Amino acid sequence: MNYTSLLYAVLSMGGMGLFFSILITLANKKLHVEEDPRIELVGDLLPGANCGSCGSAGCANFAENLVGGKSQLNDCPVCGAEAAATIAKILGVEVESGVRQVAIVMCQGGTGAVKKKADYDGIKTCIGATFVSGGERACAYGCIGLGDCVTVCPFDAIHMNAKGIPVVDRVKCTGCGNCVSACPRNVIELHPISHHVFVLCRNEDSGKNSRAVCSAACIGCKICEKAVDGVGFTVENNLAIVDHSKYTKELVLPTEKCPTKCIVIVGEADEV
Amino acid sequence: MTNLFVIFLSAVIVNNYVLVNFLGICPFVGVSKKIGPALSMGMATTFVMTLTSAVSWLINKYILEGLNLQFLQTVSFILVIASLVQLVEMFVKKISKPLYDALGIFLPLITTNCAILGVALFLVMKEYNFIESIVFGFSAGVGFTLAIVVMAGIREELELADVPEYFKGAPITMIVAGCLALAFMGFSGLI
Repeated sequence: MNYTSLLYAVLSMGGMGLFFSILITLANKKLHVEEDPRIELVGDLLPGANCGSCGSAGCANFAENLVGGKSQLNDCPVCGAEAAATIAKILGVEVESGVRQVAIVMCQGGTGAVKKKADYDGIKTCIGATFVSGGERACAYGCIGLGDCVTVCPFDAIHMNAKGIPVVDRVKCTGCGNCVSACPRNVIELHPISHHVFVLCRNEDSGKNSRAVCSAACIGCKICEKAVDGVGFTVENNLAIVDHSKYTKELVLPTEKCPTKCIVIVGEADEV
Repeated sequence: MTNLFVIFLSAVIVNNYVLVNFLGICPFVGVSKKIGPALSMGMATTFVMTLTSAVSWLINKYILEGLNLQFLQTVSFILVIASLVQLVEMFVKKISKPLYDALGIFLPLITTNCAILGVALFLVMKEYNFIESIVFGFSAGVGFTLAIVVMAGIREELELADVPEYFKGAPITMIVAGCLALAFMGFSGLI
């Protein structure tokens, strides 16, 4: 080890570093790309969750498409009204607000309600369970309960309750639909926030068979249909269906009359 | 001239960097979904490799060997590669934004592509002269492009194939890469 070689090493590496940094700085000046400054402004206002429900590849791409006029502002279901208005101002367009949608889990067959058909020791995801046997629960239509919807939610708006059924936080939910596509049983639906009455069951088997697997199943008994004279509730494929357009505040709901209590009022009536 | 041709053939086919020497696997798997971006990636890599081999040969010959500083080879070659990749990145962003987006993270990742550092170190090890080094770097790049484009072609067809559920994605890609390597092993010992 002598000081000459140390000096040479430092000088040669330093020289090379200096040379390349000058080269790159010059190239940076020469090859600078002008970007529309609005893209960054719009990008900052977008939710940044990259949920993909607008159809673009993430929020940054959506911002680019918005500025380029390839996407519409209401393609983004997540963006709040305030942010949308600011973005509209930046872009100089009118904002057309869509109806806010929230997800709802159409199943109540948690622990204690649904029968257990087997022990499941496989991969702890709903999609994994679907490949093998459909998980532990006996109902072939309902929630599997392994929480794929909870995992995919970018907004922390869906959580498992004590019975192993996911519950949507209607304030946090933005209606991006990630949970809807993640659910292998299609138990989750998107509904306008004004919808409050739901039949929380998807079992289309006959009353006898659905009662055999789950005590919270809709058995297709038509009691609700009779109670409202067919206005608002109809039974098809052994399953009661709510007609949300017929639902008014005056309508007396047959929630109490339902023998398995699967007609449920979700959320407050004055919820926005 | 024959010498240069042998170097070319050796680097492209017989000692193909990706399929025989297992260098530069990450872009080989990462950017081989479509032929277009794969070809661009191959060309970017070839460009960087050719320039790297020229510049690092000069640096090695006139700075490192001249001053007896061979122990700085790795550091200085990496510096050369990183700078060239930075230039290529700016250049690609300037001429084609969609290509820049398609290559994504794999463009700056060329910096630590072991195939490129491999080229720089091999040409020192093999004691090539300046012209041979450039031909070696260029043909290593052509070999990389060949491998990645062939792979992308197969993977495009694979999209339509009835792949068993559990083999979809990474597993089938690895199997295909293995079969390709097997095919290239047929050339071994040729030169």
